[in-house]
Amino acid sequence: MIHAAVSMSALGLGLGLLLGLAARRFHVETPPIVDEIDGILPGTNCGACGYPGCRGLAEAMAEGSAPVTACPPGGRDVALQLAAIVVPDADPETALSGMAEAEPTVAFIFEDHCTGCMKCFKRCPTDAIIGANKQIHTVVVDACIGCDACIEVCPTEAIVKRVKPTTLRGWYWTKPQSAFDADSRENAA
Amino acid sequence: MSLPSFAALFRPSQLFTIRGGVHPETRKSLSSESAIEDMPLPSLIRVPLQQHIGAEAEPLVQRDDLVLKGQLIGKARGPVSANIHAPTSGRVIAVGHFTAPHPSGLPVPTITIRPDGEDRWGPRLARLRPEDAPPEEIAAKVAEAGIVGMGGATFPAAVKLNLRAKFDLHTLIINGAECEPYLTCDDRLMRERAEELADGIGIMARALGVQRVIVAIESNKPQAIEAMQRHNRALGFTLRVKVVPTQYPMGSEKHLVKILTGKETPARALTAELGVVVHNAATAYAVHLAVRYGEPLISRVVTVSGRGVRRPANIRALIGTPVADLLAHCGGLAEEPERLLLGGPMMGQPIQNRRVPIVKGTNGVLALTAGETRERDVMPCIRCGLCVQVCPVGLTPFELNARIQADDLQGAAKVGLLDCIACGCCSYTCPSNISLVQTIHFAKGKLAEEESRKHKQEETRRLAAARKAREEAAAEAKRQAMARRKAEMEAKKKREAEAAAQAQTAAPEAEPVQHGDATP
Repeated sequence: MIHAAVSMSALGLGLGLLLGLAARRFHVETPPIVDEIDGILPGTNCGACGYPGCRGLAEAMAEGSAPVTACPPGGRDVALQLAAIVVPDADPETALSGMAEAEPTVAFIFEDHCTGCMKCFKRCPTDAIIGANKQIHTVVVDACIGCDACIEVCPTEAIVKRVKPTTLRGWYWTKPQSAFDADSRENAA
Repeated sequence: MSLPSFAALFRPSQLFTIRGGVHPETRKSLSSESAIEDMPLPSLIRVPLQQHIGAEAEPLVQRDDLVLKGQLIGKARGPVSANIHAPTSGRVIAVGHFTAPHPSGLPVPTITIRPDGEDRWGPRLARLRPEDAPPEEIAAKVAEAGIVGMGGATFPAAVKLNLRAKFDLHTLIINGAECEPYLTCDDRLMRERAEELADGIGIMARALGVQRVIVAIESNKPQAIEAMQRHNRALGFTLRVKVVPTQYPMGSEKHLVKILTGKETPARALTAELGVVVHNAATAYAVHLAVRYGEPLISRVVTVSGRGVRRPANIRALIGTPVADLLAHCGGLAEEPERLLLGGPMMGQPIQNRRVPIVKGTNGVLALTAGETRERDVMPCIRCGLCVQVCPVGLTPFELNARIQADDLQGAAKVGLLDCIACGCCSYTCPSNISLVQTIHFAKGKLAEEESRKHKQEETRRLAAARKAREEAAAEAKRQAMARRKAEMEAKKKREAEAAAQAQTAAPEAEPVQHGDATP
């Protein structure tokens, strides 16, 4: 009994030491830019970019295999911030390669189709879905980032992506045309 | 109490000056001589739950409920919000969304009531004797009655009456300037209900605990001035009626304080920081009704005017009355208006849908014909500087405009975009007809949107972190539970094994004892 215990502990300690040394010896330095990129990304690990989590995307972006526009929930704002550190020399607008100022989208659950399976509830990276087992679920619009994670897991296809509804508070007038705009348009015509 | 300003020492009774401003044609004579009339019950009343600055009220009724006049149907949510009461008795036919009285035409939560025609009052609010009620109770009563600033800003009045706790207040200014052209509702109210108004002012002064009360009226309302001078005592306060020059935007809170006290309110600060609180004249009347008669804010005086209306008038209408009904009551439209506005012509907002209701902050419904609006071609800026001269808050509108047109919102914010009070003097005066104030409106909205997006980014990060923490805690708890269970199982096994061993060794002696235990 004692022999077995001692030999196993010795083995464990020895191997542990070996592993520790190996980790020190063959340590791979992660470029600091990965941490920087990771700090800008939303950190929700929603998977909308196709990489394993925000960290995965950050590594790919540091390598240059992913564009700065790869994070759909982050939208233009995040892309602009990323462009500033990933491709600091390039003009931010060209780096975004015409990424339009997309209207923010949110998930919407058709209540008739919802079976209350809790799959989307568990998957939502920002806890934007509320509901309980066998109860209709609904989306908290203010917390939803429009990452599509819930749409993929819904077994009844009850969730769709919709343009985030404008509220009275968020509405504002469109930009009035300046005289210069009017002139150039006339000339163009 | 703070010291009077240096300038005030030399000019004890005179007025001071404000910078900028314009003198638009007032066109008040269209409606100023028609007495306030009551409007017959409309066939449908739509009461929006968001009629004030702040959080929308929470509906307390359901479809098919019967409501009585003055019944609470929407409860204030949060500190800056206001109660909503049923304007008349009837049946609730919908609690849903309806087009807001707002240029966007977006839907807003609305309670629709079909009046039963009886106009039956429910229980009124408990009355209060303001002469000996504590100030907090007066403010609470005003909050209960759902009173908001009726000059158009719709800030809950009770919040302003409670400023006494935070600031050292000494002066209450009643804003009877009514500087917007066309509007005459406050003018008529001061002429016809001066006594009640004075009482309301006294009640507010008591709630605020101020020593000085000033009623400021523009010089183009001689009858209102006379009426208020006749009724210048209430609850032991002497109301000093001050005649201010007719100049737009005299009715702006900060400008009124400047011209009356000589003190300038710092940018983005409250006038209360100078010890001064400004309330609208119509608000004082609503306070009088709420405190003396227990009547919540369910109606208001609205000026229906403009050359597009056949019979311009001042109408006491229930909150929630559709604009179309008001126009019909005034003889309908003489011609298709170029613009239909809620509020005055300078700061009012155009509406598309005539079925939208009037709300607590609606002081005017204007149907302006093509001859009255200033729809002209936009020309390039000639750097004349007129907009700078008239800007009452000392901004450079042409520069703001140039920066905004070049999408430099941050730059515009640096030169004072957020200090703009949107009075519209710059657009009014611009010889090139540049939409200056409209551009500033856009920029403010856009900037607020960017702010909220940034806020959302931070919130998302926080939510994700919270979720991660929760998941880790759950996993940890599960691990611990498993470990505990495992330990328990092992302990149990051990106990059982020990018991079995014991039983084996001590079987002959122990048996009778066990038997005895088992059958008590």
